Amino acid sequence: MEYVIIIISAVFVNNIVLTRFLGICPFIGVSSRVSTALGMSGAVAFVMTIATLVTYLLQVYILNPFGIAFMQTITFILVIASLVQLVEIILKKVSPPLYQALGIFLPLITTNCAILGVAILAQQNEYNLLESVVFGIANAIGFGLALILFSGIREHLSMVNVPKAMQGVPIAFIVAGLLAMAFMGFAGIV
Amino acid sequence: MNQWKNFSKGFIRENAVFVLFLGLCPTLGVTSTAINGLGMGLATTFVLFMSNIVVSLIKSLIPNKVRIPTYIVVIASFVTIVELTMQAYLPTLFEQLGLFIPLIVVNCVILGRAEAFASKNNLLTSAIDGLGMGLGFAFALTLLGAVREILGSGSLFGLKFIAGDGILLFILPPGAFLALGYLIVIMNKIKEKTT
Repeated sequence: MEYVIIIISAVFVNNIVLTRFLGICPFIGVSSRVSTALGMSGAVAFVMTIATLVTYLLQVYILNPFGIAFMQTITFILVIASLVQLVEIILKKVSPPLYQALGIFLPLITTNCAILGVAILAQQNEYNLLESVVFGIANAIGFGLALILFSGIREHLSMVNVPKAMQGVPIAFIVAGLLAMAFMGFAGIV
Repeated sequence: MNQWKNFSKGFIRENAVFVLFLGLCPTLGVTSTAINGLGMGLATTFVLFMSNIVVSLIKSLIPNKVRIPTYIVVIASFVTIVELTMQAYLPTLFEQLGLFIPLIVVNCVILGRAEAFASKNNLLTSAIDGLGMGLGFAFALTLLGAVREILGSGSLFGLKFIAGDGILLFILPPGAFLALGYLIVIMNKIKEKTT
């Protein structure tokens, strides 16, 4: 039951993009087509799950025993950056089709604050190992859901006659605002 | 390039938020009040200023292949300094900015300036660039925070000037998207007029 609550809370109630404002750059940047949005969501899901797991182990077995928890920011970002590289190399060798699909998005993920944010949030919420991993997966689903919904809307938006000053990013923000309003309907269910 | 131009470009012409669309997560996340926006903006300015100085000093020492990780470590060190200092001296602000303080590390404005500017320019130019871009970022955050605070709670920098509640929506997440969207529209209109 606990896990169900973590999942519903991360996907709908505290959606990582629309409520917590993490990962806005890819949300605005790669959301003009549904197919690229799918690729990006896949890459984020992959890295976010592994990163949450690895940073959890790092925190519990290295940072806490040595009393150097203040190094959290530096170590987490380094681990995530190298993890992204590692995932890229492994994916290239093991599964070329998957690499083809996700490859170009991987370098972008290092500076995706959603990854670091979720890793730190999992620590702040004092989740245990399994809860952290579930939290990572749930947030990845939440990110994918918001990104894919948004890109669907933007595909339609590209066919609409938008006033000149609002074209591109401004109208995207306004649409995101409306989408965020829709997600507020989930507030209070857990 | 003269230094004044270099400094002032961050405010309007190359404003990180309104023109380059960088660093949007903290922009949206912490700007429910003007003071939070200002605090976040100044924290980012400090990190940007210091990291630009350090990157510009060590640029000839770093091998090209490991430059990005090096920049990240430099930035992360300054972020940790900000984090610990703020926790000690400004605990309320630290509490409110919360997660977004460690996330200054992944603010693309900072890495972007290190990579695109400080690694190619001398110390003085980089320092001024860092200061200008940082203050421009702080300006954008404060402006957005002020708009949201005025509309959302009828106050500015905590001083209430309209009795009763404001439009709650602008304090909540959707209001951040809407306010920023319309601010960019206004910026575009101004640019259209001036060019």
